[in-house]
Amino acid sequence: MTSDNAPAGASGSPAIAVEGLVKTFGHVRALDGLDLQVATGEVHGFLGPNGSGKSTTIRVLLGLLRADEGHASLLGGDPWSDAVALHRRLAYVPGDVTLWPNLSGGEVIDLLGRLRGGVDRARRDVLLERFELDPTKKGRTYSKGNRQKVALVAALASDVELLLLDEPTSGLDPLMETVFQDTVREITGEGRTVLLSSHILAEVEALCDRVSIIRAGRTVEHGTLAELRHLTRTSVAVETERPADGLADLPGVHDLRAEGTRARFDVDTAQLDAVVRRLVDAGIRTLTSQPPTLEELFLRHYGDEIAHLEGRDGPGSDGRRGADGSGATADRPPTEADAPR
Amino acid sequence: MTGTWTLVRLILRRDRLRLALWILGIALVVWSSAASVKGLYPTQADLEAAAAPLYDNAAVIALNGPTYGIDTLGGQIVFQVGSFGYVVMALMGMFLVGRHTRADEEEGRTELLRATVVGRTAPVTAVLVVATAAFALLGVLIALSVLSTGVPAAGSWLYGAAMAGFGLLFACVTAVTVQVSSHNRAALGLAGAVLGAAYVLRAIGDIGSGTLSWLSPMGWAQAARPFAGDAWWTLGLLAAGCVALVAVAFVLLGIRDLGGGLVPPRPGPADASRALTTPVGLAVRLQRAALIGWVAGLVLTGVAYGSVGNDVADLVGDNQSMEDIIAQAGGNLTDSFFSTALLTIALIAGGYAISSALRLRSEETSGRLEPVLATAVSRTRWAASHTALALVGSALAMLATGLATGITYALVAGDGGQVARLTGAALAFVPALWVLVGVAVALFGLAPRAVGVAWGALVVCLVIGLFGEIFDLPTWVRDVSPFQHVPQMPAAGFSLLPTALLLLVAGALLVAGFAGFRRRDAGAA
Repeated sequence: MTSDNAPAGASGSPAIAVEGLVKTFGHVRALDGLDLQVATGEVHGFLGPNGSGKSTTIRVLLGLLRADEGHASLLGGDPWSDAVALHRRLAYVPGDVTLWPNLSGGEVIDLLGRLRGGVDRARRDVLLERFELDPTKKGRTYSKGNRQKVALVAALASDVELLLLDEPTSGLDPLMETVFQDTVREITGEGRTVLLSSHILAEVEALCDRVSIIRAGRTVEHGTLAELRHLTRTSVAVETERPADGLADLPGVHDLRAEGTRARFDVDTAQLDAVVRRLVDAGIRTLTSQPPTLEELFLRHYGDEIAHLEGRDGPGSDGRRGADGSGATADRPPTEADAPR
Repeated sequence: MTGTWTLVRLILRRDRLRLALWILGIALVVWSSAASVKGLYPTQADLEAAAAPLYDNAAVIALNGPTYGIDTLGGQIVFQVGSFGYVVMALMGMFLVGRHTRADEEEGRTELLRATVVGRTAPVTAVLVVATAAFALLGVLIALSVLSTGVPAAGSWLYGAAMAGFGLLFACVTAVTVQVSSHNRAALGLAGAVLGAAYVLRAIGDIGSGTLSWLSPMGWAQAARPFAGDAWWTLGLLAAGCVALVAVAFVLLGIRDLGGGLVPPRPGPADASRALTTPVGLAVRLQRAALIGWVAGLVLTGVAYGSVGNDVADLVGDNQSMEDIIAQAGGNLTDSFFSTALLTIALIAGGYAISSALRLRSEETSGRLEPVLATAVSRTRWAASHTALALVGSALAMLATGLATGITYALVAGDGGQVARLTGAALAFVPALWVLVGVAVALFGLAPRAVGVAWGALVVCLVIGLFGEIFDLPTWVRDVSPFQHVPQMPAAGFSLLPTALLLLVAGALLVAGFAGFRRRDAGAA
């Protein structure tokens, strides 16, 4: 393939383009018309609760699963038929890392690197030090976090255009999460593309340029963080000189609790300006506001379904479970979940 | 011990099929051996004729055990099931205990359980309770199987109890070794070494003065002498051994951490060697220990067969039905014996062929395949690596075993030409083994959830190969087994056509399996 040697980010085509992807396991619909666009050179957050179809999507992109319907293209190629050529240009970290019990971590890192086409020794050693990973331990003696580190070092040490990371920090401590985030920033500084699946919102907020949110095998929201924040609410706690009358009548104000000169409420970010003008009229003494977090973005889409889904989840593969949850919630439109807050 | 009863029910729930298969399988082997002995030696004269050459045949005694009461029907049955029967009982106990103690602990399941109201000793106690019940049931079935031939009841029950007690003893041995090693495979290896030592001590003791046999638990079980004196008191030795081992296991359990053993894990290399660069390199690394173990076991079996080659004529004596079975291949008696012996060896090697090929599936279900396929390794190249190991490994196993059998027989017979003859005869089975590899690979590619059927195929070959004559199975049934089409060298000559057809079938199965794997979803799901 001629595109093998094309520099990362040189082409205008997206790194990942997925349209209307459908994948069923028996009678379970794990992916139900999923769309995903990842531009070359960006860090794309792939958000969804457990079992929403994130891992299934990544496995389709790796050519491990064959989609039933829809179209998927990866680095300009077909993930199923061009798998080997494409895999030279990408690295993958599974969500649940299993190692060979009698191979040491160092052996696994070297092996996976060589199978991909070569290992950058210097970079490997730097990463081992950074992640404080002992490469001489056998696979069966590593803890979950350390198994995760083995897979991360193997992926991050390779000179590839695209990284597919499936919940890569599960099992890492906060210190190692910071190391991971720094390393990913370095990588994207070099113009590489990252697809980061996660249900840890802080991680996605810290790293990602754009986000796709999926639920029950379907994309429910996508855009830049800034764009998505328009859909969210800001929490405001305010003390005014005079009681601020008529706040409840303003459009976009929710959950108002007013006590004399103190008031707490949420406001649609788009309506913030009008609300603040009213507060200024009442004379602001103190005001604290919390910016919208992805947490809220998330909750708006899932609401109480998150608790419902997590209550049902057992250990196992993401994709299969997701479809399970979808059966229970598919008949409920997402708008209904966020209405009464 | 809190929670033991709940864990007992958990084990029964998890293993209801597995345990049932073990129990029924062993009972069936004992029953069919008993029935075939009765069919072979219908009269007391037949029994005495069969027994006469065995009394001072060191090789057979070393393999099977002491010759107590082999001029009676019951004694001959016990002798025929022999040490092999005790080994299988021990294996059942070892796998059962390992699976529910150290394997669970390695996978982190024990941690989950112990965090609830479950005592430290509960998991071990629970599996030993299940083992006791399973062996008791199996002992009853063994006794009834032997009893069905019309032999004395006391001897039958004693034999069932000795078999059950020996199995339970090795369940207890494993309860100790899983405390010593922090890995189930190593713990089972340790218990296997104890079993091997017990076997060898007994073999040497039985040939010699018999003193060494008293150091071996297998010696204790055999000293019960069912149908030849019925020494019930030796069961007390087995019971005392069980109690002592459980006590040791509990003490060790009290001084070690959850997940830890008494032997600290050794570090490995920080970098991969040159050999670990390709999928084949990985497959060799993952399978070499198993291959070495299988080849060593097969070579020992070959040496044993080779060493008795000169005594075959005596062994068979003038028993017509025995002679019929051995001579079904035609030719002289010794050559026919080696044809049958090599068939047995090839059937055992079939176990390697299938387990090696099914490594494909275990790598997939464990989740270790995904990271490999996410690199620039094609599915075909990856599948070819383990398949190649299975093909080359089974050929190597037959070559080594053929050489071992041939060299040993050449030494006892003083005929160097036997080396090439018997090696060639052993290699003639390779295409049949490759058909088994083909069956496993085809299942992996086309029906991955049903790969266990490959083991069923081996059992079918085993039944046809070893019992086809005794049970008088129709030809079309026997023709199902690829081993049936192998030229029965050295008794018969080599023939090209069936060999070529077997290779063709193996090739077609491999192609189908690879094509199926390229088309289907891959991964742990």
